[in-house]
Amino acid sequence: MSEHIIPSKIYYMIWVTLMIFTVITAAVAFVDLGPFNTVVALIIATFKATLVVLFFMHVKYTSEKMTKTVIMAAIFWLGLLLILSLADFATRATG
Amino acid sequence: MATPAVQDERPNYLNSTHGIRSWLLTTDHKRIALLYLMSVTFFFFIGGLFALLIRLELLTPAGDLVMADTYNKLFTMHGQIMVFFFLIPSIPAILGNFLVPMMIGAKDLAFPKINLLSWYIYIFAGGLMLYCIVTGGVDTGWTFYTPFSTAFSHTQVVEAALAIFINGFSSILTGLNFVVTIHRMRAPGLTWRRLPLFIWSHYAVSIIFLLGTPVLAITLLLVFFERVFNLGIFDPTRGGDPLLFQHLFWFYSHPAVYIMILPSMGVVSEIVPCFSRKRIFGYEFVAMSSIGIAVIGFLVWAHHMFVAGISLYAALIFSVLSYLVAVPSAIKVFNWTATMYKGSISLDTPMLYALGFIGLFTIGGLTGLFLAALGVDVHVHDTYFVIAHFHYVMVGGAVMGYMGGLHFWWPKMTGRMYPEIWGKLAAVTIFLGFNLTFFPQFILGYLGMPRRYWEYPPEFQVWNVLSTAGASILAVGYLLPMVYMIWSLRYGKIAGDNPWGAAGLEWKTQSPPITSNFEVTPEVTWEAYNYDEIPAPEEVPVG
Amino acid sequence: MAETSALATQEHEHSDLQHHFADMEQQKEASTLGMWVFLGTEIMFFGGMFLAYLVYRLKYYNEFATGSQSIDIWLGTINTIVLICSSLTVALGVKAAQRGKRKLLIVLIILTLIFGLAFLGIKGIEWYQKYQEHHVPGISFNISDIQAAHPHTPLNPGHAQLYFSLYFALTGLHALHMIIGIGIFLALLWMAWKGRFGPDYYTPMEIGGLYWHFVDIVWIYLFPLLYLIDRKHIP
Repeated sequence: MSEHIIPSKIYYMIWVTLMIFTVITAAVAFVDLGPFNTVVALIIATFKATLVVLFFMHVKYTSEKMTKTVIMAAIFWLGLLLILSLADFATRATG
Repeated sequence: MATPAVQDERPNYLNSTHGIRSWLLTTDHKRIALLYLMSVTFFFFIGGLFALLIRLELLTPAGDLVMADTYNKLFTMHGQIMVFFFLIPSIPAILGNFLVPMMIGAKDLAFPKINLLSWYIYIFAGGLMLYCIVTGGVDTGWTFYTPFSTAFSHTQVVEAALAIFINGFSSILTGLNFVVTIHRMRAPGLTWRRLPLFIWSHYAVSIIFLLGTPVLAITLLLVFFERVFNLGIFDPTRGGDPLLFQHLFWFYSHPAVYIMILPSMGVVSEIVPCFSRKRIFGYEFVAMSSIGIAVIGFLVWAHHMFVAGISLYAALIFSVLSYLVAVPSAIKVFNWTATMYKGSISLDTPMLYALGFIGLFTIGGLTGLFLAALGVDVHVHDTYFVIAHFHYVMVGGAVMGYMGGLHFWWPKMTGRMYPEIWGKLAAVTIFLGFNLTFFPQFILGYLGMPRRYWEYPPEFQVWNVLSTAGASILAVGYLLPMVYMIWSLRYGKIAGDNPWGAAGLEWKTQSPPITSNFEVTPEVTWEAYNYDEIPAPEEVPVG
Repeated sequence: MAETSALATQEHEHSDLQHHFADMEQQKEASTLGMWVFLGTEIMFFGGMFLAYLVYRLKYYNEFATGSQSIDIWLGTINTIVLICSSLTVALGVKAAQRGKRKLLIVLIILTLIFGLAFLGIKGIEWYQKYQEHHVPGISFNISDIQAAHPHTPLNPGHAQLYFSLYFALTGLHALHMIIGIGIFLALLWMAWKGRFGPDYYTPMEIGGLYWHFVDIVWIYLFPLLYLIDRKHIP
């Protein structure tokens, strides 16, 4: 098995980053950014999720194309569900 | 005729081990396929029984056979059983289970234990559904529309929703098994371009299983929560939106139609080249149109909601998108037709079913375009026109393909031929009975007879009598194969390894196959459907 | 698994190789792909609820903000940290399994289990608070004790119930996934105890880890979506 062994140092670095951003996201929620509070919260969440996927779940190191395809497909389909549904909810004449 | 044919005593998956335990604990995909065959057939007849009662009630304009409430339960449980416990598992779980590993030269599916687990989940869910039926049944329509299902119905909604929720995991696990198997277990040399189209269509179906079914699962779970724990997610009195339920429900349940039709298309793509002795016309287009249907099928769901109160803007978008699905479907029909052109066609039973499929699916598909058109849909929405349309797709399409596939691979599964003359008779009976049942319903719908009513104005009676008469013929047509196929298990002619002279790896091993399918893992050096290199069978096998 | 003759051709025979795979590599790739595909279905499973959340949050922002502010942000933050720590121990655990370090692996799995149980315990405290405050949707639902995030717009108790319905449905199903994860890791603990893992075979640990990380990711999104709506306007 020529499996890539990732140095533990990287895991600890990712862990520290995740902790810091958890604190940041909680703190930023109390700062008035107008409509951008939600945007910032979601960007931080996506950043954290991406770190977990790439490093903890080894997607950065895998040579397997299918893993990425599966992830992209699932996100694409989730987008279909949300966006096409909003095509209705966002354009209703009455609330 | 009455003497059993000489028994073939070579070891195979049927005689390798004996006893009920060896079946209930099997991890052999072929045995699991047979377990599914028996259980799915059982539910087919339960669902058929409800259909029979519906048609009997509609024989006369007055509601005289059953009460209105009972009638509501009849069409609900007919729909739920037929959709979730017959149509969706029919081809994938029976023929797909049996054939996917064989067609790609594998010994089994990637996860044999999960495969068995998915059958047990199906049985458990089916048991719960039967419990729901005997304790009073459910009357929400197969669609569980809220708030009727969550707040008003006094029937067994919780049991039914739970049964279908659980059954979803059976589909998900089957789809997961197929995707991994097709990616990881193909024999050496079997590239994606050499895959049988049956495999392509099952790959496409698996995509829908995997990405659609979870949404149905969560939707029904929320209905369950709403009834049991009083969560109010779809409750209009708390500001909840019943249309949200419909969006979520149809996000799965429209693609579910393609779950039913895609495997049948795969079957037809195998049968048509074999009985035309020609390579399939436009292999790449047929393969890609399966994926196309799976993807585009997810973009059209709200055409079920045109008159339910969605925004006009959304209705326009979904109307246009719905037309798109016609493109890959039409590609398939044209390519099958082109395959037959100048082919050396023999009209054996599987081919009769395949031809029936092409004709009936075309009618079903084209009337779907009527319904995708906003203006027409407003006129015929919730009438028998819709009923006729989707029965042409689901029964005329999906079930015809299923029957064709069952006859085509029966010699492989059992090692025996069914009696050809009876096979042809049943195929013709089903075709005639089907059209007599459902064509009048197009007319009824266009004249304005609404669906889901137990009585109707007397001027509609003629068409309803025709429809019920057709249903009786259809019932005979479905019982015939049941009888002669069981008969053939003992008295059928020994089939031999490849009675049809068909291409495909499953025909290169013995019938019935050994437990590990192939003595040696095959190495594929030829293209799919190389019928120019395969001699036709010398005589048409007659039972 | 009756057929064993086909195995004879295998170069590397391994006790954990199932009969229908050609080699360990194929078996591992199949299992890993299977888990990823399953996680794809999980995204859609939670996706249905995310759609409900999105639609109602856009419609009833005031009630969603108010509901969100009534939840203890400290418990939410601590739970996020607990889960991130558990993800670290899982990632290190997979590596330990890969290198055949039995004792280290056992310690890391036990740590993961402790973090998982701590998460559920804190979650339980949070739910109990909501129960005592009558914030559980149903007949006894009552939000007269909380002030609206935007005081000039009166609260609609029905719309507020929708927030709490989604809160309980989302956190409840997430907790269910945590419980399943703990079950999986108990099984992995047993396998690790038996010394089953090493460089040739650590697939169960790997795919169990993938599942655990996924549940962590769901929480990474639930935390801002449920706890952090409009915190700046605390009345």
